[in-house]
Amino acid sequence: MTAVSQSAFRAALLDASRDVPDGLRDGQGQPAGRRYAVYRNNVAVSLREALETGFPAVAKLLGAENFAHLAGAYLRADPPGSPVMMHYGAGFPAFLAAQEALGKLGYLADVARLELAMRRAYHAGDAPRLDPARLQGLDEAVLLAARLTLAPHVVLLRSPWPVLSVWRYTTLADQPKPQARAEDVMIVRPEYDPEPHLLPPGAFAFLSALQADESFGDALEAAGDGFDLPALLGLLLQTGALCDIDLGDAEPAPHSPEDRP
Amino acid sequence: MFDHTASLPPLPGVGYKPQHYAEILQDPGPVGWLEVHAENYMGDGGRPLAQLRALSERFPISVHGVGLSIGGEGRLDRDHLARLKHLVGWLDPASFSEHLAWSTHDTHFFNDLLPLPYTEATLARVCDHIDEVQETLGRRMLLENPSSYLAFAESTLTETEFLRAVVARTGCGLLLDVNNVFVSATNLGYRPQDYIEDFPLEAVGEIHLGGHDEDEDDHGAPLLIDSHGREVADPVWALLDLTLARTGPRPLLVEWDTDVPDWPVLRDEAARAEKALSHVPA
Repeated sequence: MTAVSQSAFRAALLDASRDVPDGLRDGQGQPAGRRYAVYRNNVAVSLREALETGFPAVAKLLGAENFAHLAGAYLRADPPGSPVMMHYGAGFPAFLAAQEALGKLGYLADVARLELAMRRAYHAGDAPRLDPARLQGLDEAVLLAARLTLAPHVVLLRSPWPVLSVWRYTTLADQPKPQARAEDVMIVRPEYDPEPHLLPPGAFAFLSALQADESFGDALEAAGDGFDLPALLGLLLQTGALCDIDLGDAEPAPHSPEDRP
Repeated sequence: MFDHTASLPPLPGVGYKPQHYAEILQDPGPVGWLEVHAENYMGDGGRPLAQLRALSERFPISVHGVGLSIGGEGRLDRDHLARLKHLVGWLDPASFSEHLAWSTHDTHFFNDLLPLPYTEATLARVCDHIDEVQETLGRRMLLENPSSYLAFAESTLTETEFLRAVVARTGCGLLLDVNNVFVSATNLGYRPQDYIEDFPLEAVGEIHLGGHDEDEDDHGAPLLIDSHGREVADPVWALLDLTLARTGPRPLLVEWDTDVPDWPVLRDEAARAEKALSHVPA
């Protein structure tokens, strides 16, 4: 009796040019034939659909036929490494970037990175919002030495392409046509729905420094001249992007001035 | 064997879909419990976990794994088992179930429930894996019968013999999917009623119902596909009646995973399940 190992079953699963493994039967003892194709189809379709759910803008930009072709190639090149499908497609942006046939769509891989970042923000851990009162009335030296903690759902993205404009133009109605430019993006999750925000000059460097656990003063220096700190701080506080401030030796800090004895 | 004694109520339940969240809370109809796919709740936070927490305050929850690959030739994925333990730990669900199938090989996950030959070697492996799951989670699990599109020439046991032996060796319970029984019986040419006759019904802790699609094989023989994308077929309801007459009332789940309908349609399916349960003497 021919035993079918899972390695043999698997090999023909992803490669339709391979023969159906010997040893698989219908109910009457005949070779299984196209019954095996049900599994091939389930795997290919379910993973293509998972990718399409995760990358709707990329799917729209490519069109159904091109997307299906690339999803199949990606599945064979980089099968899921975990049963947690919310992480499927982590390597898809790099896969797209390596496709020479997509040379004219240079921004595509960055749109994929943006969609991946949105998904990461959606599933990121919950964090409390920083009470704005904790930033008020701080001595300048204390503030410059302080460390601000960004919430786990804050994801930063830097692109030489108008990545957010392309994403908005593709997924939302009545959006302006993207203009050629580089764009920095911050994704935040005010409650449960991630929002991408276009970052003004200096903000990406500032936020990257905060994420690297540098002090507020060093982050400001990284941001450079012309950086609009009040506007960005307003956005961060309003969207729940900040969850804590560490005042170092100046602690313990009261939660608000009114709490002081 | 395990301290955990919680179980699902013998009422209709539905597979939870996030688009039904508000309506389930406002208008659950006959729905007495919910089932979620474990792998969808393995993120760190956000809406999925917040919704599950809120639902669990109102309904008993069944956690149904779709990715553990209990039939896999390799060892169980310890990282995945740890994720399951974490989820089951914070949620403390009324039930945990998985499938008699494999889906992972050499760290690659195929997102489908792949079939197993029913041999002594497979039996030993599946039992070892179930022992490990039950020991890790500290609770009894339910194992679900698969829907089959083909058979293995090497099989030496029938599926019901295989499941009976798994129950005897591991002490696990069974999740009987009557749609899977109907699909497999049609595809492999046996009577679904005979399968139910042979099934170790005393171990059934939950019953599944779902819709299937119709196709045909190379020889024009019917080939049913377990798609979970439509209403439960009439002969499956009839098979359910036959089953419930033997088991008595059991937790009864309607699964609808693709082309998910509006809430009232799924609620109506749950009402049909309630009707089936109402005919059964307790």
